[in-house]
Amino acid sequence: MAAPKKAAAGAAQDNIDGGSPPEFTREQEFKALREMLLIRRFEEKAGQLYGMGAIGGFCHLYIGQEAVVVGMQMALKEGDQVITGYRDHGHMLATGMEANGVMAELTGRRGGYSKGKGGSMHMFSKEKHFYGGHGIVGAQVSLGTGLAFANNYRGNNNVSVTYFGDGAANQGQVYESFNMAELWKLPVIYVIENNRYAMGTSVSRASAQQDFSKRGASFNIPGKQVDGMDVRAVKAAGEEAAAWCRAGKGPFILEMQTYRYRGHSMSDPAKYRTREEVEKVRHDQDPIEQVRNRLLAAKVSESDLKAIDAEVRDIVNASADFAQHDPEPDAAELWTDIYR
Amino acid sequence: MPIQVLMPALSPTMEKGNLAKWLKKEGETIKSGDVIAEIETDKATMEVEATDEGTLGKILIPEGTADVAVNTPIATILADGESAADLAKAPAPAAKAAESAPPAAAKAEAPAPKSSETKAAPAPQAVAEPDPEVPAGTEMVTQTIREALRDAMAEEMRRDADVFVMGEEVAEYQGAYKVTQGLLQEFGAKRVIDTPITEHGFAGVGVGAAMTGLKPIVEFMTFNFAMQAIDQIINSAAKTLYMSGGQMGCSIVFRGPNGAAARVAAQHSQDYSAWYSNIPGLKVVAPFSAADYKGLLKAAIRDPNPVIFLENEVLYGHTGEVPKLDDFIVPIGKARIARAGSHVTLISWSNGMTYALKAADELAKDGIEAEVIDLRTLRPMDTETIINSVKKTGRAVTVEEGWAQSGVGAEIAARIMEHAFDYLDAPVARVSGKDVPMPYAANLEKLALPSAAEVVEAAKAVCYR
Repeated sequence: MAAPKKAAAGAAQDNIDGGSPPEFTREQEFKALREMLLIRRFEEKAGQLYGMGAIGGFCHLYIGQEAVVVGMQMALKEGDQVITGYRDHGHMLATGMEANGVMAELTGRRGGYSKGKGGSMHMFSKEKHFYGGHGIVGAQVSLGTGLAFANNYRGNNNVSVTYFGDGAANQGQVYESFNMAELWKLPVIYVIENNRYAMGTSVSRASAQQDFSKRGASFNIPGKQVDGMDVRAVKAAGEEAAAWCRAGKGPFILEMQTYRYRGHSMSDPAKYRTREEVEKVRHDQDPIEQVRNRLLAAKVSESDLKAIDAEVRDIVNASADFAQHDPEPDAAELWTDIYR
Repeated sequence: MPIQVLMPALSPTMEKGNLAKWLKKEGETIKSGDVIAEIETDKATMEVEATDEGTLGKILIPEGTADVAVNTPIATILADGESAADLAKAPAPAAKAAESAPPAAAKAEAPAPKSSETKAAPAPQAVAEPDPEVPAGTEMVTQTIREALRDAMAEEMRRDADVFVMGEEVAEYQGAYKVTQGLLQEFGAKRVIDTPITEHGFAGVGVGAAMTGLKPIVEFMTFNFAMQAIDQIINSAAKTLYMSGGQMGCSIVFRGPNGAAARVAAQHSQDYSAWYSNIPGLKVVAPFSAADYKGLLKAAIRDPNPVIFLENEVLYGHTGEVPKLDDFIVPIGKARIARAGSHVTLISWSNGMTYALKAADELAKDGIEAEVIDLRTLRPMDTETIINSVKKTGRAVTVEEGWAQSGVGAEIAARIMEHAFDYLDAPVARVSGKDVPMPYAANLEKLALPSAAEVVEAAKAVCYR
C-alpha cells in the first residue's frame, strides 16, 4: 500500500493539539510580517543577483519556509543559539544579522560576514548567537547538540535550536546526536524543516518513517508535527519545546511541515514536482499571505502594509547595492584566519 | 608432568608486569577457573585464572616481584598423582621465556638480531634531552608517557574550568589505555565524560561545544576510529575559522593512540600522520619522549586552534625524565635535535624515533655520526631545523611508520629539495611502512614496519658507504 500522501505542506489537522494556534497580538502580527517579508524580498533579490552572475557557487533560497524561522525566533530568549545547514539566509536575517553583511557575503565581498571567504553556506555571528551555515548535510546536528552541551556545562538555561531538513534527518550522526542529547538531557530543540524534498527526492522516496516527529521515539525524545506555514503555530510549538528544554527535560523534536517554492538550489530544473503543486501551496498556504489576510480582516489599512513593504524593499535594495559595490577582499586575506 | 603457569600478557603491547599477589598457597588444590594470582601493570590489575586442575606445586616468582617478563614461568601445577618430587622433571624454568623478546620489543628491533643478544632488550627509553626552555638544574621525575599525558590533562583542567575530556571509557573505566586514570575521581562526571560508541556524533558535539568557547579534549580510543569522525574534524573544526572570516574558531584537542600497536592487524594499525598534516587549519603533534608528551599536550590544550595529538600505544608504558616544573610547556611547531651528528640527518617523530635512535647507535659503531631530529610537530613543520641540519650534513633520511606515498617523508624530502638542494650530497632517502595493509602474523607485521636496520642501510646508502 502506498503511503498516504500528505496534504500539501501544512496538514493543519495534524497540528500539535488539533485546534488553532493562539492568536497573535497586532504587534506580533506586524513583527512576523515584517521579518518574513524581509526574508522573502532578500531571497528574491539574491535569486536575481545569482541570475546576473553577481553571486557564485551554490545559492539555496528559503522562499516559502519563512514562517518556520521567524516563528521559532519569536519563541526564544537572548543567548539561545541557532545553527542550520546550507539553506541559511533566512535564519541569519531572523537572528538579526544585517542584510548588508549577508548579501555582501553572497557576492564574495570584504564587507560580508565572513569577509567573502565563506559564501552562501558559511556565515556566522557570535554576537547574534548564529553558529552557521554548514555545508555538509547533517553535520550541524552534532554541532548543535554540542552547543546544547555547552549550555548544560555552563548551566546558563539557554537552548540550542538546531535546524535540519527532511533529507538530513536520514543521516547517521543525527541519531548519534539524539542518543547523547537524551542521555545527557541536553537543551536542544531539533527543528526538522520538512519541505518535502531532499534536493529532488521526495520524502516518500527516501524515508521509511515519514512522520519526522517520531524520529526520536527510540530515544524517548518527544516530538510534534507543526503547521510550518502558520507562524503562530510555529511560535507556540517553539515555546512549548523551549520550556521543556529549559526545565531540564532534555531535547525536543519539532517537525515543521513546510514547503520551498524555489528549486533546491538555483541550478535545479525542478522536474520532480509539478508547477500545479507549487502553485497550490502558494495560493492556499503562503505564510506571508496568511498574516496579511489576518491583518486586513482586522481592519489594518492597505497603506500600513504597503509601508512595511516599502521599508523592507529599501533594506534589500540597499543590501544589493552594497553587495555589488563593496570591494572584493584584499588579496592578503587569502592567508588570514587559518589559525588564531 | 607438572604444568607450568606462565606470566600472561594483558594486552598486545604488554612486555612485563608485577606479580602483585598470590591467592593460592603451595599445596593448595586448584580447579580450572580458580583465581590463583593478581598481576598488575601501570595500566591495570588483572587476575590470573588457572586453566588446569591439580595442586599448586611451587611458586616460582614470589609476590611483590616487579617487572616479570611476559611468558616467564611463575608457578607449577601438579596433576593428580604427582608430588613435589616430580617438580624436578618439569622443563627447566631457566627463565628462557623471560629473556626471549616479547612481540612488541621484537618489533622494535632490527630484523636480524645478533645471536649474542640473548638478553631481552629493555623497553627503549624515550630520550628526553632537556629543552632549551627548561632551566638548568631543574629537578626531573621519571614517568611513563601514560602518566605524563594524564598529568598534562589534570594540570590544565585544574587551571581552566572550560577544559573537559570526553570519549569512550575515559571516566569510569579509567581509560581504555588508562591514560585518563584518576581524572573522574578528581574532576567529576561533569568534566570527565563517558560517551557512547559514536565517534562521528561526539566529535561533532565536541566541536560545537568548542565553538562556544569551551576547550574539549576529545579522546579517540584509537585514531583508526576517528575515520568515522573525520568530517567533523576537517570540515567543521579545521575550516570554520577561515569560513567565518576569523569570527568563530575552535579550541579543541583530538587525541588518542595512532599507528601500529602490536598484532592488531590492518584496521587497527594505520598511521594518520600524513592525513591530518595535509589540512590547513589543523595543528598536528606527534611526540616521542615523555617530557614532550606532557609539554606538548599542555600546549595543545591551550592552543586556540584544533590540534590533532597523535599518541603511540607502544610508547605508553615507556618511561622518561619529565621536568618538575609548575607549568612545563613545549611549544608546538619546534623540532628537537635528539642527537647531534655531522654526517647524515635522520628525521622522524613519534615511534619512528625508536628506529632512528637505534640506527644512530649502530651507525656510530661504523664511524657515521647521525644527527637525529625529532620533529614532534608535523604541522606547522619546523622546516628551519631540518634545513639547518641538512646544510651541515648534506644527507638526509626520513623515518616513518606510515606509508611512503604522499607521506610525511615525501613532504620533508620536497622541502629539503626546495630549500637545501645545493647542499645535498645524495638524494634524500625514505624509510617507511611497507605499501601494504598491516598484516597480523608476527613475522609479516615485523616486515611491514620499518626497522633500525633499514634506517642504517638507508643512511649508509646516502653516505655512499
